[in-house]
Amino acid sequence: MRAFFYPLIASGLLIAGCATEETKPAATAPVESKPAPKPQAVESKPVTRVDTGKPSASPFAMLKDPNNILSKRQVYFDFDKFDVKDEYKALVEAHAKFLRDNPSAKMLIQGNADERGSREYNVSLGQRRSDSLKKMLSLLGARENQIESVSLGEEKPACVEHTEDCYAKNRRDDMLYSGEY
Amino acid sequence: MKRLLAFVLLCLALPAARAQLAIEITGAGAQRIPIAIAPFAGESALAGGISSIVRADLERSGLFRGLELPPISPEPTEATNINYPEWRSRLADALLVGSVQARPDGRFELRFRLHDVVKQQALGGVAYTLTKDQVRAGAHRISDFVYEKLTGEKGVFSTRIAYVVKRGNRYELQIADYDGAGAETALASFEPIISPAWAPDGKRLAYVSFENKKPVVYIHSLLDGKRHVVANFKGSNSAPAWTPDGNRLAVVLSREGGSQLFLINADGSGARRLAVSSAIDTEPRFSPDGQWIYFTSDRGGTPQVYRMPAGGGEPQRISFEGSYNVSPRISPDGKTIAYITRNAGKFQVALLDLSNRQVQILTDSERDESPSFAPNGRMILLATVINERGVLSAVSADGRVKQRLSATAGDVREPAWGPFIE
Repeated sequence: MRAFFYPLIASGLLIAGCATEETKPAATAPVESKPAPKPQAVESKPVTRVDTGKPSASPFAMLKDPNNILSKRQVYFDFDKFDVKDEYKALVEAHAKFLRDNPSAKMLIQGNADERGSREYNVSLGQRRSDSLKKMLSLLGARENQIESVSLGEEKPACVEHTEDCYAKNRRDDMLYSGEY
Repeated sequence: MKRLLAFVLLCLALPAARAQLAIEITGAGAQRIPIAIAPFAGESALAGGISSIVRADLERSGLFRGLELPPISPEPTEATNINYPEWRSRLADALLVGSVQARPDGRFELRFRLHDVVKQQALGGVAYTLTKDQVRAGAHRISDFVYEKLTGEKGVFSTRIAYVVKRGNRYELQIADYDGAGAETALASFEPIISPAWAPDGKRLAYVSFENKKPVVYIHSLLDGKRHVVANFKGSNSAPAWTPDGNRLAVVLSREGGSQLFLINADGSGARRLAVSSAIDTEPRFSPDGQWIYFTSDRGGTPQVYRMPAGGGEPQRISFEGSYNVSPRISPDGKTIAYITRNAGKFQVALLDLSNRQVQILTDSERDESPSFAPNGRMILLATVINERGVLSAVSADGRVKQRLSATAGDVREPAWGPFIE
């Protein structure tokens, strides 16, 4: 386990380093809640961030980072369609890589359908969508036991108006990692 | 359909104090039995009365017409000698008389007698001893007696219905009398509840709850509120349907990929696959004799109704008209199938006669779901949407009588009509 995590911590560090360069340091600093006691310690700040066992050091932090593609969790489908469209290829590859790199990570895919038609049949349509994404993640190297694909049918719409725009927002898969559901 | 629109509107607003669902009737049967229901002697001591409940029951069936009566003094009772020609002159085919008496122990004695005015003979009567809380149930029993004596079929006035109410982000599985009165909440949840299915004993419900962020099938015992998981396998678990003996359920599981039919014991053991397809197979229902499973499948490209032998075997397609036919429910006599069909963009209840494959569309609404037969097969309860709100509606199996049950607040959906209770 420890051997596995070393490169992750290192890559986490790299990303954190990049992020501080790009974004306001003030915005990222409070998350660490480690105010440097001395002004002289500023140079060694990146080193103090590596604190094993702290949540901030976890690779899972990148799942929440809005600058990271992994923070994107939705895949949308065309009417009566179940194949993951090409535009989501990079997103799905990123999540597959994350699952590959983190064998302890688990994902729940919730498939959804728009409201038209029977509730139970819509459960099945949502299932077909979540199965489709699961299959793609598996082909890209995620382990079978890391992913559970389920369906919420039409029961959890992201949008509640009876319009085509809304229906399009409801034909989707949501990817959730353990701890998020 | 034209015939339906031509019907007279009979809007009866029923003052039911405890009711959360109010019933409105539109349309009526062509030949209704004219019945005189005399006020029951002493019924003014009871808040809801008796005769008004019986009259509402019988009229709601679409098979009876309650006659308007002048004040009668003295009030006739079950013991009164009936002057048949006098009642015949009021155009009554049948007459119901009765009385309510308070007993020293606080309970009530309810008695009635039904008369055939045309044949000039009494058809029988019963006496019940009831607590105040059982008075409504007593009135429904009288309605069942009258209905069965005069139509030859069992009445459904003592049966119950289950449905789901959504208010805000709260879901409640409720149980009410068939007329929506006396609603009680069996399960409250912040996650969706769908597909309630009554066990043949009328004491348990199977349903799908999303409380674990995925569909899981439960069985819920109504009397003590105890519930247990029937199917919580990896993936989705849904669409429970009881075998006629109440020992097992057909369910839809995705644990082996897709949505596939399985048979499982009511205690959750012994799951075995019923059919293998690469298509969606869902919404199973057993025929009353247990020989067939009707279900929805898109194996032919569009969702259609199929059936297969309950023991396994080659599925046969049942529905052919249209490109979207789902939610099959077989009638209690096993002769017809009600299902939801998409008809020019509208989702409506269709009835298919298995003997000649004739299809009749019974409703003219736009978003019908979840049809459910009354246990005598006469009416079909369904969910529909009116003014952007989910309401329950009922239509007679001949399409002539329509009723609407609307809640005071919230969306009502997923109705299931319970079995006869002995």
